[in-house]
Amino acid sequence: MAGTDDKAGRPIVVVTGMGIVTSLGTGIEDNWRKLTAGESGIRPIGRFATEGLKTRIAGTVDFVPVEPLCGPALCERMGEMAAQEAVSQSGIGSRGRFPGPLFVAVPPNEVEWPQRQEMGALARGNDAFDYDNVLRTASTGAFSKYGTRFLFASIADRLADAFGTQGSPISVTTACASGASAIQLGLEAIRRCETDAALCVGTDGTVNPETLIRFSLLSALSTQNDPAQAAAKPFSKNRDGFVMAEGAAALVLESLAAAKARGAKILGVIAGCGEMADSFHRTRSSPDGKPIIASVRNAIADAGLAPDDIDYINAHGTGTPENDKMEYLGLATVLGERTKDVPVSSNKSMIGHTLSAAGTVEAVFTLLTLAHQRIPPTINYQVPDPSIPLDVVPNAARDASVAHALSNSFGFGGQNVSLVMSREAA
Amino acid sequence: MAEGREAWITGIGILSCLGEGPEIHWQRLMEGKPGAGAKAIGPYVVHPIGPVDFDKQIPKRGDQRQMEPWQRIGTYAAGLALESAGIKGNRELLARTDMIVAAGSGERDLAVDATILEGLPKAENPAAFLNERLMNDLRPTLFLAQLSNLLAGNISIVHGVTGSSRTFMGEEAAGVDAVRIALARIHAGQSELALVGGSHNGERKDLLAQYDFGGFMLKGGYRPVWERGPEGGFASASLGAFLIIEERAHAERRGAKPLARLVAAFSDRCERKPGGVRQSLRGLWEKIAPSIASGHYAVFSGASGAEPATGEERAFLAELGVAVRAPGSYVGHGPEPQFVMNLALATLALGHGALYPPCERTGVERNMEGKLTQVVVTGVGHWRGEGLALIEAART
Repeated sequence: MAGTDDKAGRPIVVVTGMGIVTSLGTGIEDNWRKLTAGESGIRPIGRFATEGLKTRIAGTVDFVPVEPLCGPALCERMGEMAAQEAVSQSGIGSRGRFPGPLFVAVPPNEVEWPQRQEMGALARGNDAFDYDNVLRTASTGAFSKYGTRFLFASIADRLADAFGTQGSPISVTTACASGASAIQLGLEAIRRCETDAALCVGTDGTVNPETLIRFSLLSALSTQNDPAQAAAKPFSKNRDGFVMAEGAAALVLESLAAAKARGAKILGVIAGCGEMADSFHRTRSSPDGKPIIASVRNAIADAGLAPDDIDYINAHGTGTPENDKMEYLGLATVLGERTKDVPVSSNKSMIGHTLSAAGTVEAVFTLLTLAHQRIPPTINYQVPDPSIPLDVVPNAARDASVAHALSNSFGFGGQNVSLVMSREAA
Repeated sequence: MAEGREAWITGIGILSCLGEGPEIHWQRLMEGKPGAGAKAIGPYVVHPIGPVDFDKQIPKRGDQRQMEPWQRIGTYAAGLALESAGIKGNRELLARTDMIVAAGSGERDLAVDATILEGLPKAENPAAFLNERLMNDLRPTLFLAQLSNLLAGNISIVHGVTGSSRTFMGEEAAGVDAVRIALARIHAGQSELALVGGSHNGERKDLLAQYDFGGFMLKGGYRPVWERGPEGGFASASLGAFLIIEERAHAERRGAKPLARLVAAFSDRCERKPGGVRQSLRGLWEKIAPSIASGHYAVFSGASGAEPATGEERAFLAELGVAVRAPGSYVGHGPEPQFVMNLALATLALGHGALYPPCERTGVERNMEGKLTQVVVTGVGHWRGEGLALIEAART
């Protein structure tokens, strides 16, 4: 249709609703205000004892009551809050009926230690603990309350019920790129004309002893515990790892034609998406940066743009020595001479790394950047890294003219996804 | 659908208790000994993986050490599929291959869990004890075997598949939707070449326990899927299954032969109230029915044996009055890869133009007259999700 298709003849996909929960708080307004004020949501972990741990800080979401607390329950609740905000803002569908599919970025769903202890206690009786006892106990139905809670698709299943989305909900997990993958799947479905709308959610609430220790054993986390707010230092010379965090975000995607037809307010455009897997190593990027470069280039090309059109980059910017170096290499290769002039900031300096939710959370912040024409800062930038000569929007937000923005998401397992978002439909 | 675009299955990679590869699977299905590959773990019936030399598809021992069994099984099966389609080692094609993996989540170190659970009640400071033991006892690389997307990651590393990499998480529906979305992308011109599948380690005690929290597991000895009755459950399987799905013109240009044409794939998710599955399957069938050309078709059912889903599917299939096979009687049930496994086995049947013999006594499975030209594959999840796909002999 004239005016509602992109240059490649595909339906233009716009955003008509957004919702967010991070360690900074609940809702678009509160988050945007704190993010642009350079506030940090990172704090000492109070949820469990951190005795003996190298890292004792995180961006936990402690203000969302979930009883009893476990990862999937917190993921579900935060996802529901974000999706509720997005669907309400969009005004799409009717109560309990969202007219499109659900794509949810979720962390691997696992039984956690409190439940494992509970099983262990019941199973062992007077014997030494072993899994054979657990099997005998499980088959008696003693744990039927966990019947579906820890099944891998349970979060998506319950969100689908809560919002009345259509068809089979997809739980997508591409490690720390999951949130971007969820948006990508929604974008593609609308471009295929399978649906006029999609609900894309990313959620992660898995700060618990074992997940923290797993990342810690891979030396991925910052150990600068005090002060907690200063630990996440993307692009700084003294960066020493990322800070685990929790959060959720949701976007209502619609074809421009459908959004216009119902008179919806258009908040921004998902203009393009690019992807390229890395076959180099399980946790490290190919040293030549080729997969990252290809991911960024593919996204810009998919949007029908050129690298010169990109005005702002919402970096993956984890603050690990490896990521920031490789992301710089990738960006510098694509941007060329403009590299030092294009503002690049990392939300993770304030909200930490929301892991499976990060791609969605940071897409929402990128869309807010486009809408407000104001770039959130990279805080804790005190010691510039001379090998990463970027304008990281150090320490204070800045007004800017931003028509097109890029958001990167990279994950373990060679996952690279880049999104291009635009202020207005081209 | 973009005009004229058609999807072919040009490669199959399967590994199960029956062995590895198409020939041995067909041979075993024809032999008619469905419980032969099953064994007991605790009160459960499981189908362990058959003999396999992982070195053949995962040559570096270092890679194998970085994987837990489900990843080795899956990476192996993916290698078989790439080989079967003639794209293994072809860097140009692999860099354009779009991968969708259906996965659960990864494995645990059961010995570490046991040590901790043994020590926790005696520990003076249980929280500090837990932290200390996890810090000292967890292998750093175990985490990489626990991440759901690290099967895809290992396939990228070992086989060089890098076009794109997406992992759908969670039970049977993840496998159905992996196929559905790969096919939709090919039909729409978003993709030319896809590697789709997954794997499952059916012998994980933590997972057996988890599935039986909901009462989904088969207990009390092996029976074929249709003979398990109202107290039925699924027999957890170790298996890996991958397909290469390819746009027809792309396959023709490189001289690849079609094993079958993948005509359509649909999924749904009904509320699991009485009659819900039957109703959902009816709705899906209406979508697929216009593509069913003749009386020469059969159903390969993904029925797991778990109730009430299997009972409802049986009632639906009875309405159709069509020849049915449930390969799960032979290979067991690996939730995420099961749909792809059944598509692969259905493709083998099409290639032979015939079904393997019925293998149960309730009469659901019966003989079929004439040449088999189409197969509908069902995928009803043990707790959620329903799906159908249609394959037929490709016309070249």
